[in-house]
Amino acid sequence: MPGSPSDGAAGDPYATVYDLAVIGAGCAGLAGAVTASERGLSVALLDTAGRIGGQFYRHPDPAVGAVRPEALHHDWSAFAGLRRRLEAGDVVHLAGHHVWTVERQDGAEVRWTVHAVTGADGDGEHPVRVQARTVLLATGAYERQLPFPGWTLPGVVGAAGAQAMLKAGLVLPGRRVVVAGSGPLLLAVAGSLASAGARVPAVVEAAGYLGYARRPAVLAADPQKLAEAVVHGAALLKHGVRLRTRSAVTQVHGTDRVEGVTVSRVDRDWRPVRGTGRRIACDALAVGHGLVPQTELATSLGCATRRTEDGTHALALDALQRTSVPGLWAAGETGGIGGAQLARVEGEIAGIAVAAQVRGEPGPARDGRVRELRRRRERMRAFADAMAAVHAPGKGWAEWLDDATEVCRCEEVPAGAVREAVDAYGARDARTVKLLTRAGMGWCQGRMCGAAVARLAAGEATLSPLPSPERRPLAGPVPLDVLGALDPGEPSAAPARPAEQPDTDLPDGDAGPRH
Amino acid sequence: MARDRSPAGLVGATPQQPSFEITFDGRPITTLPGRSVAAVLWSAGILAWRTTRRGGRPRGAFCGIGHCYDCLATINGRPNRRACLVPARPGDTITTQEGHGHAGLAV
Ligand code: FES
Repeated sequence: MPGSPSDGAAGDPYATVYDLAVIGAGCAGLAGAVTASERGLSVALLDTAGRIGGQFYRHPDPAVGAVRPEALHHDWSAFAGLRRRLEAGDVVHLAGHHVWTVERQDGAEVRWTVHAVTGADGDGEHPVRVQARTVLLATGAYERQLPFPGWTLPGVVGAAGAQAMLKAGLVLPGRRVVVAGSGPLLLAVAGSLASAGARVPAVVEAAGYLGYARRPAVLAADPQKLAEAVVHGAALLKHGVRLRTRSAVTQVHGTDRVEGVTVSRVDRDWRPVRGTGRRIACDALAVGHGLVPQTELATSLGCATRRTEDGTHALALDALQRTSVPGLWAAGETGGIGGAQLARVEGEIAGIAVAAQVRGEPGPARDGRVRELRRRRERMRAFADAMAAVHAPGKGWAEWLDDATEVCRCEEVPAGAVREAVDAYGARDARTVKLLTRAGMGWCQGRMCGAAVARLAAGEATLSPLPSPERRPLAGPVPLDVLGALDPGEPSAAPARPAEQPDTDLPDGDAGPRH
Repeated sequence: MARDRSPAGLVGATPQQPSFEITFDGRPITTLPGRSVAAVLWSAGILAWRTTRRGGRPRGAFCGIGHCYDCLATINGRPNRRACLVPARPGDTITTQEGHGHAGLAV
């Protein structure tokens, strides 16, 4: 049975041992899955969503009958190509699978068990396991959120969140939507919102675009990115959207929902300049400060990380997309934020490399296709690094917060409490702040407030000590009754880990979403 | 629905199934098929459907993709469901979730 792609998969997708399990069906995961499958591997592709595409190619349910789904996307044809290859091949697509941990079994040959919950927050929730000889992590990114007064008010939504709700649900958070934060995603979001009928009075960008001009070599190396910027710029001009650089939303107005925002100029370190606040009327604010690689499955398996130019952690990968743990590959945003095209290229490299290893073929690095893909990757990674440096949060952003500003949305912990933990009780890192204040202890387990808490804990003087890479023993919350339904008789060679990790993913007190 | 400069108009939505109704705190909302509960609520201009445990403050969808848990709602009597992930179905009853969502549960 092992090794034959269709055995077991046709009937019970959980009964087979696949050559490769791919986690994430976005650009990187899709490219990796179809490439490996076309080279003869049996492949399972797990994804939380009901439809493939990840965040970038999120699209409406077929019931909507969208005749122009590409109207909300760049480069839809690339996605259509991947989808065709997926449909033509025999990759086993496991939709609606929320992977919460990956285990390694060290037998005669290494095996991986991918644990998932099906139908999380939908119907038919139960735990399942997928076994594979190799794993490709293509789990994408989170949106980085930095708090400011009023950011918990209804009508304030993530910029990527607004984009996701628009692409999949064809809805807008309001009629007049200010877009704010930092990073190139803001331009794409503003363009989509405006072409879908929202008024976008301003795009508020905390960085200065001059940063790009200081790196002409990198810009010249990736002209396609410049062309994209021109397309976004033209779309914004057409819809009368004003771009305000070196500015930030420093206050949201309204009692039960957004009625307006105050936009202030910020200095090079993102410190608000006194007396520069201007009020803009709006009924929604889409905000985000770039993306952060989603790496917890990998770091809990011990994969090495690298520090990115904007101060977060991405997986450290070699030229063939291997992590530091044998048998475990990664591609796309998990290895650093770089966009859809780069993710596709990396997914393909990984697919080729995994296929070569599983089939015992030597030297994928000498494969002509791999050489070409690697050249493209280097160029796009260089551009991505430059972009990360330009939009890295300036260390003065913490001055946006007054003491009453909630930092942790789940546990409603104000900045004042975090500052007290730091100043009065000597907390120097996010974990200590968490123990003292409950910041990061709620449902989302610090995914929303982690960057902010680490910054406040680090104090005024410097950005270091560095926030540690995300380490959560469980990559998603698992209802206790679902854990209880796991068959205890199954062999598990992986050492128990929770004992050395006091903070499990189950928020204490409320035990998270229970069903 | 306006054809032009609306999200549905932009992608040329031609629904394959009839529109249907759900209710939010007793108020009927008609929607296109194929949307999450959060998207249906946004389409009706509703941005908040939960109050927080400590401050009793209103919240709705924030991240839109299942990460933040701000969108928890009581759906057909079951609390703590992420409205951004749950598909809306004809006749669904959505109610504002108060606090920890344990109201009415023996926990
Ligand atoms: S909006 Fe964030 S989890 Fe639903």
